[in-house]
Amino acid sequence: MSGASVLYDAPGPKTKARNRLYSIVGAVAVVALIAFVIERLGAKGQFKPEMWNIFNYADVRNNLRDGVLTTLEVFAVAAVLSLALGVLLAVARLSDHKPVRWLATGFVELFRAIPLLITIYVLWVILLANRDALGLSGNGPQFWALVVGLTAYNGSVQAEVLRAGIVAVPRGQAEAAYALGMRKTQVMTTVLIPQAVRAMLPTIISQLVVTLKDTSLGYIITFEELLYTARQMSTNIIVNGSDTYVPVIIVTGVIYVAMCLALSGLATWIERRGRRTKTGVAPATAAPAGDPATAADTGKDPAATP
Amino acid sequence: MRMRKTATACAAVLALAATATACGGESGTAGDKPAGGDVYSGTYRPASGVKVDSPVLQKAQKAHQITIGVKADQPFLGFKDTSGKYTGFDIEIAKMVAADLGFSDKEIVFKTIDSNVRETTISKGQVDFYVGTYSINEERKKQVDFAGPYYTAGADLLVARDDKSITGPMSLRGKKVCSIVGSTPLQEIKKPKYGADTIELSKYSDCVKSLLDGQVAAVTTDDAILKGYAAQRKDKLRVVDKPFTKEPYGVGLKKGDKALQGAITDALEKHIKNGDYKKAYEGTLGKSGSPFTGDTAPELPLPRG
Amino acid sequence: MNVLLDHLPEFRDGFLGTLAITAASALLALVLGLLIAGFRVSPIPPLRAFGTAWVTVLRNTPLTLLFLVAFFVVPQILFPGTSPFVLATLALGFYTSSFVCEAVRSGISTVPIGQAEAARSLGMTFSQTLRMIVLPQATRTVLPPLSSIFIALTKNSAIAGAFSVTELFNVSKLLSDQGFAIGWIFLWIALAYLVITFAISGLFRVLERRMGVAR
Repeated sequence: MSGASVLYDAPGPKTKARNRLYSIVGAVAVVALIAFVIERLGAKGQFKPEMWNIFNYADVRNNLRDGVLTTLEVFAVAAVLSLALGVLLAVARLSDHKPVRWLATGFVELFRAIPLLITIYVLWVILLANRDALGLSGNGPQFWALVVGLTAYNGSVQAEVLRAGIVAVPRGQAEAAYALGMRKTQVMTTVLIPQAVRAMLPTIISQLVVTLKDTSLGYIITFEELLYTARQMSTNIIVNGSDTYVPVIIVTGVIYVAMCLALSGLATWIERRGRRTKTGVAPATAAPAGDPATAADTGKDPAATP
Repeated sequence: MRMRKTATACAAVLALAATATACGGESGTAGDKPAGGDVYSGTYRPASGVKVDSPVLQKAQKAHQITIGVKADQPFLGFKDTSGKYTGFDIEIAKMVAADLGFSDKEIVFKTIDSNVRETTISKGQVDFYVGTYSINEERKKQVDFAGPYYTAGADLLVARDDKSITGPMSLRGKKVCSIVGSTPLQEIKKPKYGADTIELSKYSDCVKSLLDGQVAAVTTDDAILKGYAAQRKDKLRVVDKPFTKEPYGVGLKKGDKALQGAITDALEKHIKNGDYKKAYEGTLGKSGSPFTGDTAPELPLPRG
Repeated sequence: MNVLLDHLPEFRDGFLGTLAITAASALLALVLGLLIAGFRVSPIPPLRAFGTAWVTVLRNTPLTLLFLVAFFVVPQILFPGTSPFVLATLALGFYTSSFVCEAVRSGISTVPIGQAEAARSLGMTFSQTLRMIVLPQATRTVLPPLSSIFIALTKNSAIAGAFSVTELFNVSKLLSDQGFAIGWIFLWIALAYLVITFAISGLFRVLERRMGVAR
């Protein structure tokens, strides 16, 4: 079933009129809901110019910028490491050696089952206790606890995604490669993984969006990323005797949504490029901006998990 | 195609945000000035040639940097403004102690530590010592050591200005009271004799926000903290002013570090005697509605662990 | 071992708390997700736009931020005095509903075109087609992704611990702050989560088997 339009007939004159009525009612309802929210917040003085004037101050902007940069820094390191770990685990899970396979499976299942928040918290306590031995100082333990936690969880998920991609490559490809005299490593790195990555890119990037969002869990271990900074500012900046929670939360939310959408935009773009060539494995189905992780169409490809 | 536009629009927003932040903007601190004028911030002359047999301190001295855990959301006690500057009574105490341990202002790194991770960060050494409305009690002594007390507060209630129904802890039956995870007033108010309904958040500022929104009827913690919030929002909040516990504030440090404990106690005693303490108090907490009296400063000599 | 035995009541409360918040928000997410999925495939443009906006915003916002909105913004919009459990359920349910919606929508698109066409040629309306023909068939393909969404929900409920909801993560932090070895606490908490997540995947496997009619 390709489009939703199959679900209803091309409207006749009567239906058209009725749909128009529904449209108006629907639009009114949506607008009324938004208006209600805005009106209630306005009544509490949340839209007064003074409230929003705080973003004109250099300090506030610098804090926001530093928060965004810290978030992006954690994300960049965690993204690279989790992809590397994902490849490693995926290959290990397909290994011919039983112990390797078991170890990888155990790792993946363990870290996918435990809440990331707990992983990060435990890693932090462990890193803090051993910070001298590891040569970490200042923000080091927090940073690495967050990065390693994100890597362990997202790496496990990426491994499953990649494994599904590798399994989906037609068996003839690997057989042909072996027939040409390639070794196991060569087959994996030059034939299977490139095709798997291409096929699974949309899902991989949706999981990267999850990674980006999850950097906000750093608040639990006093790591000052975007959300932590925003929280601090929202209660410490007092205007007219009330907190600036609403403006700060709205601005922070917009920044996060924009960052994530930019990343999913990348997914759409890559997918469109991938579609041009018809060889090899078909890329997983559309993961356009805002609604990625629908690669689960067949029910067997793992989708990105929130 | 529509998606592409969305992505482009997002990129544009991001670029705009980046340039906007790069261009600076008004300088100065956003938001209202704290009530009662600027909060006092003193400088203390660092001692030289400090020799204390404490591994934590020796490491800090070698690095020429001492990390002190503080609060960042408590006006007049430990407060961080948007420029990143910390002010308040606890901050002054921290600076006094650091000076006597041989650290200048530039060598102090303040680290915001919320109440619920205090024990973890002190015992695991993320901070060298901790000054942030930290009540000394037996439970905590199992995990950390204290120097002091340097001030005695008491648990009190913060309520809406026009709420006349709450007169003390006994009038809280069936009402929602907010406090933070792991704080001593929370343990007290949870006792069945008060019959209060508790909400536990991770920051006092979040509790104050809940009170302002009408989510809870009262916030309970030490009067010193509450008075700061009340002073910030004079027309909305008031402190009941009937303390129902005694909360002696101490400086938290790693358990078993007797040498550092002694050195910090010495520093506190010295600054209480030489008047720095009074000056700092009057410039900070004194402005939030609790003037300096004969019983403000603790009795000397301070207890030695 | 001692940590578990000495603090059995705390662990039990935490376990039940996690179960309760997971069940409540799963229900909310399921209802909302179905509704919004209906919006997204409906013939009425404003509803479609609303559905798209809903999914876009909720999917791309960190859950922690949604918790902040639920606890510190929602009380200003609705009446104050809502309990933390309800607010946490709202945050978790809304967040998860966007994922449920997408799973349902992709499930709908796996139902063969002929089915909807046949329904239409019988004169069924949009809502009849969806309710009686498409959704029951979509259920089968939706189940596996739903299972992983609810497992994720279970784990995400840990965030509620920082917002006055008693659940497992809160217990682990409480005990670790009391100085117990983090290793043991971690082990027991992890085990408790594994029990819940295995129960969910088991439940869904049973459901899949019962719904698994050959097509």
